[in-house]
Amino acid sequence: MIEIAIEHAQGDFSIAADIRASGRVLALCGPSGAGKTTLLDVIAGLRRPRRGRVAVDETVFLDTARGIDAPARLRRIGYIFQEPRLFPHLSVAHNLTYGARFASRGPSLVAVADVVALLGLEPLLGRRPARLSGGEKQRVAIGRALLSNPRVLLMDEPLNAIDDARRHDILQLIETLRDAFAIPIIFVSHRVSEVERLASDIAVIEAGRLVEMRAGKGAP
Amino acid sequence: MSNGAAWSGALIFSPVEWTAIFLSLKVATVGALSSLPVAVGLAWLLARRRFPGKSLVNALAHLPLVLPPVVTGWLLLIGFGRQGIFGRALEACCGLTLSFRWTGAALAAAVMGFPLMVRAIRLSIEAVDVRLEQAAQTLGAPPWYIFATVTVPLATPGIIAGLILGFAKAIGEFGATITFVANIPGQTQTIATAIYSATQDPDGAATTWRLTGIALAIAFLALFVSEALAARVAKRDAGG
Repeated sequence: MIEIAIEHAQGDFSIAADIRASGRVLALCGPSGAGKTTLLDVIAGLRRPRRGRVAVDETVFLDTARGIDAPARLRRIGYIFQEPRLFPHLSVAHNLTYGARFASRGPSLVAVADVVALLGLEPLLGRRPARLSGGEKQRVAIGRALLSNPRVLLMDEPLNAIDDARRHDILQLIETLRDAFAIPIIFVSHRVSEVERLASDIAVIEAGRLVEMRAGKGAP
Repeated sequence: MSNGAAWSGALIFSPVEWTAIFLSLKVATVGALSSLPVAVGLAWLLARRRFPGKSLVNALAHLPLVLPPVVTGWLLLIGFGRQGIFGRALEACCGLTLSFRWTGAALAAAVMGFPLMVRAIRLSIEAVDVRLEQAAQTLGAPPWYIFATVTVPLATPGIIAGLILGFAKAIGEFGATITFVANIPGQTQTIATAIYSATQDPDGAATTWRLTGIALAIAFLALFVSEALAARVAKRDAGG
């Protein structure tokens, strides 16, 4: 159960959305500027809304009515940003394990070796992010989020910078994570085909409002 | 005495001049290094945090830049002299005397270089992408860890620049130093105050020239080292 109820205003732009999804993969889609990334930032704890409640299963991350607002670092939310945000001064290997020393709480989701193999990162481990292609950076960012042992994964346009050859693999990876680890995934996309195949629930957002909520083709 | 002998003699530093050179280097190094952690901490606060009294703190940190140095030196004498509150406390707790000692010259150098350091470091911290710090937050890192592993490493070129600026300011410091610790040859006399003394002495021209040459050499070396270090850091971040 994923529950996102938010009221937020920023200048001229306002968001008022109440999204409830019973499946494991929720897709937020809609045109750019609809407020999708703002929603992810609120879920991750990087932005505080005026009012709202964010909960996944039994865990309440935010509930302004009850004065609950867990800091981002304690939410254990793996956030794959639209731009990879890798640490430029650290090697790929150190980027991947950055969150590992804080991830000891709870059982480990995946092992470093598995993530490296799955994402094809072996030949990149010693490199700096400046010497990676866009798709390589994105794969490292996905690996880094997975290795922080998250309770929820957020993905902001995860396949944007990935070439077609890898796209299939990444889609399969997301499915694997969903099925094998039962980790809830919330992702943002403007690609309807992607959304249909992966998502159990699809929320269509326009101008900060939820305009449609429907089931996707992904397993519930 | 022949002209040749006079010239070769003119190139040799006297013991008092050597002492002034070493003292300057010691004072500037101790002053710059000991104020660096404080400057980095304050620069981070000013760049990344909002707190009540922020503009007052900012103004206080910049005060030595705009006050006449002689006023700063006199305030140091009032506060850190043997009769000052801080001076008495330091002497009672640690046996540390500052006024009319090289340690006092180091304090004066640190205070005078502080605003320059804070400015350079604050600018470089502001240039660090906040989104990287956010990414570190989502990976579970606490603020101190993000500061140490993301902010400081990425701000290193500015921190080096700030350190060199503070060091250069300390080497050249005159007004606050002479007011707080005087100009005692062999004890508190630095390159700057020694040059001042030499210019007051009708026979001081050779000393003035020698010490001016050393001051130029140290300044060039400091700038060269800072450029070289900054280039190394830039190369590292570019994946070299």
